[in-house]
Amino acid sequence: MTVSTTSKHTALHDEHAALGASFTDFGGWDMPLKYGSELAEHRAVRAAAGLFDLSHMGEIRVTGPDAGTFLNTALVGNLAVVAVGKAKYSLICTSEGGIIDDLITYRLGETEYLVVPNAGNAPTVLAALQERAAGFDVTVTDESAETSLIAVQGPAAEAILLELVPAEQQELVTGMKYYAAAEATVAGTQVLLARTGYTGEDGFELYVPNAGAASLWAALLEIGRGHGLIPCGLASRDSLRLEAGMPLYGQELTRDLTPYEAGLGPVVSFKKEEDFVGRAALEARKAEGATRTLVGLKGLGRRAARAHYPVLKDGTVVGEVTSGAPSPTLGYPVALAYVEAGLAAPGTTLDVDLRGRPEPFEVVPLPFYQRQK
Amino acid sequence: MSTVLPTLRYSAEHEWIDDASPAKIGISQVAADTLGDVVYVDLPEAGSTVTAGEACGEIESTKSVSELFSPVTGTVVEVNAEAAENPALLNEDPYGAGWLFTVEVDEEGPLLSAQEYAEANGGELA
Repeated sequence: MTVSTTSKHTALHDEHAALGASFTDFGGWDMPLKYGSELAEHRAVRAAAGLFDLSHMGEIRVTGPDAGTFLNTALVGNLAVVAVGKAKYSLICTSEGGIIDDLITYRLGETEYLVVPNAGNAPTVLAALQERAAGFDVTVTDESAETSLIAVQGPAAEAILLELVPAEQQELVTGMKYYAAAEATVAGTQVLLARTGYTGEDGFELYVPNAGAASLWAALLEIGRGHGLIPCGLASRDSLRLEAGMPLYGQELTRDLTPYEAGLGPVVSFKKEEDFVGRAALEARKAEGATRTLVGLKGLGRRAARAHYPVLKDGTVVGEVTSGAPSPTLGYPVALAYVEAGLAAPGTTLDVDLRGRPEPFEVVPLPFYQRQK
Repeated sequence: MSTVLPTLRYSAEHEWIDDASPAKIGISQVAADTLGDVVYVDLPEAGSTVTAGEACGEIESTKSVSELFSPVTGTVVEVNAEAAENPALLNEDPYGAGWLFTVEVDEEGPLLSAQEYAEANGGELA
């Protein structure tokens, strides 16, 4: 077996190896694909909790008097109106409206934001932000290499965190709403604690300097096991986000698509004053309407659709699957696909060409799975 | 390390075959471990003919689909409905309850001894 000398490792690589992880490449990083059974990892997140190393993702700090208006120009959303201590999901687009990345931005202070791009796009997003910063009183700092990111996702996540924060921070944890963030002390380590995630469950993401990552991981694992937590890799992360109807950059989101095809029109703000990058192109696309739309498909048989399989209506190709897998939680195949705009209504029956055989699927509303709240 | 049963013989494509008549066929633990959690199996029909070295079905895991090759030429006698119903059997008990189909053998394709298969695939003889 050849060992890549160019793959990057997170600060937790040795922990994953000791836990018996199988590794896979993601965006140039050697990341745990699974530690045992990816189905068991998926189910653990839905029933109890899972522990994820997401340190391959990027972290870019944006500070300065113009931080808000700069981000309003660089991204399609209205970041300047996000309250301190809250976060927003947004997109960064080209001037033609094509999607460069989807990302979460946390407002940490009046003039301070943390932007979190996907691992594979971090260098591109950094370069775009640096370029777009021209003329703004703002500093864009890449902290990706020094920052680790650990996620605890599942219904037991809050209980686990409560065992690891000091008494005076208990209320901070119980009171933290979805898409909020604050500094906290977890297992004696200073972290940025955020109630965000990519699984469709309640959960937290913890941003920590690399030096604190290993002890934090160990503490979360030790306390978490008592609540049913197990370490989880990228395989289960993918099946969880798919059930939750969340897009994955490179599959549902690409530079050839605008937010309107992807069903992310609400992410684009035309109310803000800034002439953000892509504004004119996106105004036009919104006005004319997208000709293809992202839909959720439920398999009526037992076989799963996979990325790139054609979608058919009465034998004619009308679209393409972007992601698909059997749903462990729901017990039927689920898929995301782009189809001709007129075929997007829930209940529409379509076929997917499964390796030469057309199999029936039905358009269903997203998300496929929603947690009990 | 994946277990290789010494009482069976193996194809290079990771199927095992026993010495019974009709012969029972399944996939090895090496294959099951590589595939990951099996979610669907597509097996040949009873009464159909299979040809050594040719695909006769599919095994689908959460992430990927692999072809199932027949290690022998002959006629399919029985198909394991339990494995079709519960594909996880291929991961849990690939040499026992996870058997796939039986064949009235006319001709064998190239087969490896358990020792040869274990050496070629980093498996461990049980």
